[in-house]
Formats: sequence, structure tokens, C-alpha cells
Amino acid sequence: MWALGMNSVIVVGAGPAGIRAAQTLVANGVRPILLDEAARGGGQIYRRQPANFKRSAVKLYGFEARKASAIHQTLDELREQLDYRPETLVWNAQDGALDTLHDNRATRLPFSRVIVATGATDRILPVPGWTLPGVYSLGAAQIALKFQGCAIGERVVFAGSGPLLYLVAYQYAKAGAKVVAVLDSSPFRAQARALPGLLSQPATLAKGIYYRSWLTAHGIPVHQGASLIQVNGEQRVQSLNWRNTKGSQQIDCDAVAFAHGLRSETQLADLLGCEFAWNPLNRAWLPQRDSAGRSSVAEVYLAGDGAGIMGADAAEMAGERAALALLEDIGYLIPTERPAALEQSLKRIGTFRKGLEQAFAFPEDWAANTPDDLIVCRCEEVLAGDIRQVVREGHWEINRVKAHCRVGMGRCQGRMCGAAAAEIIACESQRSVSDIGRLRAQSPIKPLPFGLEVEP
Amino acid sequence: MIEVDAVIIGGGIVGASAALFLSKAGRRVALLERDFCGSHSSGVNYGGVRRQGRPLSQLPLSQQAHEIWAQLPQLLGIDGEYQRSGHLKLARSFNDLRALQDYAANSQGFGLDLQILDRDELRACFPWIGDVAVGASFCPDDGHANPRLVSPAFAQTARRHGAQIHEQCAVTEVDHDGQHFHVSTQTGLKLRAPWLLNCAGAWAGSLAAQFGEAVPMHAGHPAMLVTEPLPLVMNASTGVEGGGIYARQVTRGNCVLGGGQGFALDDVRARPGQNAVLEILRQAVELYPFLEGAQAIRTWSGTEGYLPDRQPVIGHSGTQPGLLHGFGFAGAGFQIGPAVGQALTEIICSGAPKTSLDAFSITRFHSISVA
Repeated sequence: MWALGMNSVIVVGAGPAGIRAAQTLVANGVRPILLDEAARGGGQIYRRQPANFKRSAVKLYGFEARKASAIHQTLDELREQLDYRPETLVWNAQDGALDTLHDNRATRLPFSRVIVATGATDRILPVPGWTLPGVYSLGAAQIALKFQGCAIGERVVFAGSGPLLYLVAYQYAKAGAKVVAVLDSSPFRAQARALPGLLSQPATLAKGIYYRSWLTAHGIPVHQGASLIQVNGEQRVQSLNWRNTKGSQQIDCDAVAFAHGLRSETQLADLLGCEFAWNPLNRAWLPQRDSAGRSSVAEVYLAGDGAGIMGADAAEMAGERAALALLEDIGYLIPTERPAALEQSLKRIGTFRKGLEQAFAFPEDWAANTPDDLIVCRCEEVLAGDIRQVVREGHWEINRVKAHCRVGMGRCQGRMCGAAAAEIIACESQRSVSDIGRLRAQSPIKPLPFGLEVEP
Repeated sequence: MIEVDAVIIGGGIVGASAALFLSKAGRRVALLERDFCGSHSSGVNYGGVRRQGRPLSQLPLSQQAHEIWAQLPQLLGIDGEYQRSGHLKLARSFNDLRALQDYAANSQGFGLDLQILDRDELRACFPWIGDVAVGASFCPDDGHANPRLVSPAFAQTARRHGAQIHEQCAVTEVDHDGQHFHVSTQTGLKLRAPWLLNCAGAWAGSLAAQFGEAVPMHAGHPAMLVTEPLPLVMNASTGVEGGGIYARQVTRGNCVLGGGQGFALDDVRARPGQNAVLEILRQAVELYPFLEGAQAIRTWSGTEGYLPDRQPVIGHSGTQPGLLHGFGFAGAGFQIGPAVGQALTEIICSGAPKTSLDAFSITRFHSISVA
């Protein structure tokens, strides 16, 4: 569709996927543009501390220190061989170009091919009190620690589910914060059932077990099948209530971090015109990709958690694999064994992922148990009851429900509330969550300021 | 087989208000909407409820609509965030200001009560307007509303009055047997009625063409965006003489701005182009300096039918008795839509509309060959 050679190959996102993709392109003689919203590459998982902070990699990344350092080093070594543009937001895609914003200046970047490695954010299932100061997502709690070296509170409870739950609790405890409790919503029997799938990645499984055992060994209570019911406090978090089959309890704390796994950042793929399909494992609509990372649009490749949650190790491989596919598609000779080896490894991680989803099962009863006065969409202050009311008026398609009650219409554009809103709509309309449509992405992907300069 | 008095194709504000007024008049109505009622232009437009600036030929109908809007809560059971904030049309040059003065003179007697403001008066009354404006024309009783709520509410209310509203129900075939229209839908419905209302918006052209009166209509895609909530500043809806951008602020504090054209993704969906978005962001800070540094959080567009003279087609088909049209509002159908639904109802119930529709007859295109 667009003349090749005139325009650049662009990689969006400088996390594990984007950096490995860029490295593979450079190794084959292509000089890509690498766009990243953050000031320093590494992505969320390997987020780097500010330049004047001097904590060691082991201190920051624990078991993952070697991988994190390797990613950072790769980017540092590539600096001269690619056009790296940090602090650059891609806010739109149209007609074979990406629209970017950097330093209050809007620039169009035409591309011949683009690798989308936009990563993920926490999947949030709100509970009453979640808008109190002191409540964070698990990822945000981790960033506070990794990036700024500060904890979200002095007595912290970690809740929800997913591998990040134990990892962040462990990191906080290691860093000297008082971890009051870990509340894992998935029951122990689910995790026992998931074991066969998890055994496909014994090293990763061992780390998970290590974090949990470490927490227990250090006297930190870990409760399974424990649901966060509500967070209490006047000006900020003072306590929370949780429940398991034995009943409910209250814990005093001054901060809570919670999430139920991760969700892919898919807006850019949507604006680029990629076809989406329902993915039951992720419980989300995802841009379709083949095993190499080719999307439904010839010029667009997908890698990393932005196209389905697989974790950082898979993201590195998928980034390399997508870059190889891109190179092949534009006529480069690529090594024959490498793609097959990468795809084989990705497949193994895929099996592990299935195990993880079993182990950290989605709380299917969340929507039914959510009170009407819960704020689901905090940008627009939409309550669960408002959403249910619109559904009772006969609406069930998520974009229609949004039009009627504003859920997902605010500053976050549904990134924070979209998953929760979908669950409530599905529950109230007695449809499956795959059957209520998909929130359409609209530019700007993130807010765009009035008074910006436009590159001529 | 569904037997009704009228089949309406299109669940926008025109079709839905026709469904409402016809059912209130005791007529049996079936409305067929391919997507969801009010999900296209009628529901995603800027939300201006404005008479000022319309061609003089539209003002009688627009005035009739003005009276319907005054009754909105009684009619629909919701206020639809409708407010008579006033509408300010800004002039960026003295030539433009003269054009506004001419319009004010020519539209006397239509009930608009336009007030021409010079630069000082404009500053005094609306201090948030930027220095690029040298004057304005103010229509105190024009205003704005939330189209996402108002347009679907017409269909909901029609349903409460007994109209059959069929959503996600695309029409596949229309025939006329000499006495009745026969309409089939993708969902397998068969309908029969002596009246057929073509209120299919940007997609109305194909039905007109089927009855031998093709129109030179093209689709347009107005670009729009909204800010995060801001302190309440704008106490009037605004536009600019000679085109450009338009803006209003809702009670929540979000400013809604439009201007320029987007592009079609396909026959049904559209997006605002990045050029249009950047141009709105640029122009806005000149016209409304308080927006400097504010953030646009969302953009959108829709699909609108435009005829070459930018006037709608309303009224009888010139070729097929029983067929009524109401489409092609060139981005200005939201305010006038309910009056069009009412006029079509009057044709069916009383034989003729109270307000003449001659200026909007489809026959004005009969002599034009449509490529």
C-alpha cells in the first residue's frame, strides 16, 4: 500500500518486545525509529530508575536483574544505530503514518512497516473505597518502588490475583515495607489443578513458589480464596474488609495495592485497523496475530503483552520474531532455524500461560456481587447502578451503554474501567462478556493539549 | 407479515420523531434501524440546538422545532441536557460582521431576536472570547443538548406509545404493489404499509434511486473532540461566521468542539482526521484562550448526508405516491429533526404539512442527472 524505502520502519514501545525487535532490525541493517512514552527504555517491567538514582540492578529487579540489565544494555548499545525517541506519545494512526506528541510538538511519522509493542496495564476490578488515596494498582505500587524508590504506604495489603501479586508483595517486604497481608482471590484448589500447565516453565514456577514461601517464612499472612470486599477510610485508607469461605475480617492498613492480572494496551492496533477477536484466555478482545506476529494489516506487526498477556520473557522472543517476519516480508534473508526455535519457545510459554490463568482464575462472581453504589468509572463518576440502569433500559452493546451513561468516556478512555464495565453489562444483560461488543478505540490514545505546536 | 400504517426506515432523530408523533396520533408504525437508534449522525453530532445561521427557507420549520424543544421533558421524560444558553456567532473580520448584520436584518420576523454585538459589547458580555473576534451575533434562545441522550430517547418514547422499533434490522428489499409497500429485512421480517418514510440519513440515496429519483448526495464526516471537565466558563454555544470551529461547554464542564472534516473508515464508520483535530486544537486557543493547556481526551466523527445546495430533502416523493423523504440535513439536522418528523406526520394524518416544505422537494434534483 505504501511505497517501501521512502518511509521508516517504526517500533512503538521500548519494553522487552520493542527493544528486541529494534535490535533484530538493526542487526540486519535496518535503522528503525523506536518510539517510547517513557523517559528511559525498559518498559514497565524493567522500568529504569531516574538517572541520578544509584540502586543496583539486583536490588531493583531481584531474580530478573540479569534480564533487565541485558535489555537496558541492548538499548544503550543500539542508541547510535537507531532513531530512538523517548518521551514520545503515539496518539493516533492514520493513512500509513503515526501521529506523535513530544515536548508539546505534534509530528507525523509515515511508516512503511510498524511493530506495535505497546505493553499492558493492570486489570482493575473495583471495590467500594477504591478511589481513596492510598489505593494503588499492583503495577503502580511496583513502579513507585522501582522507579522512585518509595513505598505506597507503611502497612500495605496486596490483593487480587496474578503472578504480580506475590512478586510485588515480596519486593515490598524485601525493601523493608511492612506487608500486612496478601489476599489472593483464587482458591488453592485452582492452583493445584493448574500445576500440570505450570510445569512447562519450571524455572518460572519455582520463582513463584519461592516468593510465596519467602512471604510465609517471614511471617506474612497469605490468604487464598480471599476476596477484597471494601476499603475503608475518611481521608485515606485506614482499613479494609476481606472475605473467604470462613467469613469476613477487617485488617488495619494505610495502603492497598490490587489488580486481577494484566490487560493489553490495544488502542494503537485498533486505530491501525487490525482485526480483533475474542480471546477467552485473556478474557478480552485482542488484535489477531499469527505465530510470527503478523497482524491482519500487511504493514503492522504485533509483539509483547500489547497483543495478549504472555509476560516479559515471551515479549523478548515475540519482539525478535516479529522483526524477523518484517525483515522477511520486505525481502531480507533471515536465518531459517531461529524463527522456528522462537515460535517453539513461545508455544511453551503459551502452555504455561494457560496454567497461570487456571491458577489465578478470574473471579467470575465479581460483577454479580458488586453493589450499585460502587464507582466503576472514576473519570466520569459512573456507578455500577448507572450501568445496570442503562442495561435495564434495553441496551447491551458496550459502546451504546457508554453513550448512555458515559462509562469509559473520560480521561482514561476505558483503560481503567473498561474490563469492569464489560463484566457488569454482561452480568446484567445475561449475556456472555464476549457477546456485548468491544469498546472502540478513539484518538487521542492519551490526552492531547490545546496549544500544541504542529510540525509543518 | 406485519401490517402497519407506516414503515419508517432509519432510527435517527427524524425517523424516531416521526415514529413518536405518528404513534401519538394513533397510527400503527414500524421503524427499522440497521444499527441502533440514534447511533449515527443524530446521536454523535455536536449537539447544537440552533436556529441562527440557517437558510431563511428553513426558519419556519426550525421555529416549529424550537417549540418542540421547549417541551422536551414533557415529550421524552428526560431533559436531554438541553439548555437555552444562547448561541453566539463570532465574526473574525468586519466583512464577516457585516454578513452577520445582513442576516440579522433578513431574518427579522422569524422570532430569532438576534442581537449584534460590537467588539466592546462582546468583551463585556462574553469575556472568555479571544481577541480574534471583532464582533458577534447573539441568539439568546438558541442552545445545546446532549445528542447521545436525546435522539435515542425519541425512539424509546415512540416505543412507549406503541411504535414497533426494530434495531439491528437492515432493510433488504422494498417493493410497491400499486397500493402498499412491501419491506423485507435481513432479520426475516416482512412488513406491509401504505406509507413509507425514507429517513435513512446519509444512506437514504439508494432508496430514492430505487424509486427513480436519485439525488446527488455525498457523505461528510464532521470532526469533533471533547476536553476533560474544566471550570465553567462558556455561557453560550458558539460558532464562527464563514465556517471554522464551533464549541460549547456542558454542565459537567467538558468543552465540546467541532470543525473540519474527518474521513470514512467504511460505509458506516468514520473518524476525525488528524489534520482536523490539530486544526481544532490550534484555532480553539485563538477563539477561546482559556483552553490553552487544557486537554482533549476524545475525538469522534459520524456520517452525514450532504446535498449540493446544503438543503435537506423533505416531503413527498416526486415519483412514488406514499413515499415520503426526510434526509440530507448537511450537518444541521439535530435541531430541526423533530419538526421534520412532525411535518411528515401532518402529511400522513392531515394530508398536508402546516409549514410549507416546497423549498425542500426532491423534485429540485429531477432534472439533474446523477452520475
